[in-house]
Amino acid sequence: MDPVATPYFFYGLSAVAVLSAVGVIMRRNPVHSAIALIFTLLSLAGLYLMLYAPFVAGVQIILYVGGIVVLFLFVIMLINIERMQREYQFNKQWLVGLLAAAALGALFVAVYVKGQSIFPQHAVRFPEQLNTQQVGKMLYVDYLLPFEIASLLLLVAIVGAVVMAKKRI
Amino acid sequence: MVPISYYLVLSAILFSLGVVGFLIKRNLITLFMSIELMLNAVNLAFVAFAWQWKSLNGQVFVFFVMVVAAAEAAVGLAIIIAVFRTRETLNVDRVNLLKL
Amino acid sequence: MLRLYVEEKMLSITTFVIVSVIKIVIALAVLLTAVAYTVWLERKLVGRIQNRWGPQRVGPFGLLQPLADGAKFIFKEDLTPPYVYKPLYIAAPILSLVLALTSISLVPIGNWVTVRGVRTPLEITDVNIGLLIILGITSLSVYGVALAGWSSNSKYSLLGSLRASAQMVSYEIALGVSLVGVLIMSGSLNLREIVDMQGGHMAGFIPRWNIFRGQIVAFFVYLAAAFAETNRVPFDLPEAETELVAGYHTEYSSMKFAMFFMAEYANMITAASIATLLFLGGWHGPLGGPWWLQAILPVFWFALKVFGFIFLYIWIRGTLPRFRYDQLMAFGWKFLFPIAVANVLVTSLIVALQK
Repeated sequence: MDPVATPYFFYGLSAVAVLSAVGVIMRRNPVHSAIALIFTLLSLAGLYLMLYAPFVAGVQIILYVGGIVVLFLFVIMLINIERMQREYQFNKQWLVGLLAAAALGALFVAVYVKGQSIFPQHAVRFPEQLNTQQVGKMLYVDYLLPFEIASLLLLVAIVGAVVMAKKRI
Repeated sequence: MVPISYYLVLSAILFSLGVVGFLIKRNLITLFMSIELMLNAVNLAFVAFAWQWKSLNGQVFVFFVMVVAAAEAAVGLAIIIAVFRTRETLNVDRVNLLKL
Repeated sequence: MLRLYVEEKMLSITTFVIVSVIKIVIALAVLLTAVAYTVWLERKLVGRIQNRWGPQRVGPFGLLQPLADGAKFIFKEDLTPPYVYKPLYIAAPILSLVLALTSISLVPIGNWVTVRGVRTPLEITDVNIGLLIILGITSLSVYGVALAGWSSNSKYSLLGSLRASAQMVSYEIALGVSLVGVLIMSGSLNLREIVDMQGGHMAGFIPRWNIFRGQIVAFFVYLAAAFAETNRVPFDLPEAETELVAGYHTEYSSMKFAMFFMAEYANMITAASIATLLFLGGWHGPLGGPWWLQAILPVFWFALKVFGFIFLYIWIRGTLPRFRYDQLMAFGWKFLFPIAVANVLVTSLIVALQK
């Protein structure tokens, strides 16, 4: 089927993404922040589908939403959040931080608006059917060494996490 | 068809929100979530460029970003648990002593 | 694959929506009925295993028992304990049930059919990365359990949900890796193609199902991991009634409890369907016949295989005791996961040598 009503999907998904990203920052309770983060990640997965990257979208859901955020929730449940909620949420230099981030955002938007003319406006369609095979081939042929390094990084992370979280080894 | 600049602007907004969260929040867990937001904004830009240039390199890079995010979450959350065990707080302003 | 794409494309958007809605309604009705009667079957079979009769008062053989249970669930008082966090407390069971019912929409139960000139697959939607999406939805179902436990504001619920989320995240890895062998052999993530690869026979009479083509180890790893994913005996630690009252759904009553209950059984049916599709040849069966029989038989074989799995689930529930929690984690990480990885290595080596 041809894509239907893509602009509406784009606006809907990006509204969800931005609003829940604001929620991540503004909520007092970390559990609410985690749930807002889930919504951001899911809407990003939807945007990946619109960008003809179905495999990335699937991995986003399985790995990010089903793995990393579950870890966050798990840790939030383990620690006592009652006291955390009564404390001040923002640190003393919040105004400076806000200004700096706003300047950064403005810079990004300025760069994109200025560079808009170099991006072609025509519609691009990928052969979506073979996406998984092509990504796999690229990952295991062109990017073999980075792939191995990434797996080594994961191994180091596992060992480090176990060492740090244990009371005594 | 939505032009790529829309995706890039969205990515910039998400990244800036992540930066805001990282700079102004006190709670360690929320800081980590802001980092995840930034990484995701970068992923969106990668996928958008991959779509634009019809090349899958951008999509492959997303996987490496995700691996880094996973490793960072594992180690970071272990640190959070260790900090909470010794200080009984996750407020970054109050984690200011070098010794345990 | 390209062929299917073209045929799907030829439908107009109105026809597509109408056909989809019809299929969704049918699938939902069939699935909910199946869930209700799986509960009946479980009570009946476990009763027989324990030398009891099981339900037999309502209707012949107790066949109307699910209706009576449903009516009872609806009319029970819906208690909300005072210190729960309400939005999540209400959302958690809904989330569980919705995710459990959604994942069945990607399960194909038969070939393409043509009704009044509209050609459509016997599933709600045929997606390229169907298996990946099913795994994603399954991994989302952790949230129903975790949020239920957290929002109930009760020790038992919280402990149950911590156990459940750790268990589900751990066994998800073994489950995912055990499927990789099948994916390597079929070279696709599309469930329909994986089933199509398994048609026909080897050496005259052995069906070309993946379980007979060297994936038998992966099959048993999948079986164990699927039991853990659906929180069934012997991995039902999250709701161990002897230690945790009822685990994550301790504080739930009436329809909210019923939603968790239905979600568990719907997840069982999905797990059984995936095992059937990936390892047991899906809708392929031994019999041929006239065209009207050919139209019905695939669905029949599929249902029969799924029924076999559910029977196995119930049989094991009536037979095995529960694991201890450290045993559960050690079993998942130190036994199932290495075996699954070894299976991937051996399968990929064989496939590479054959080419």
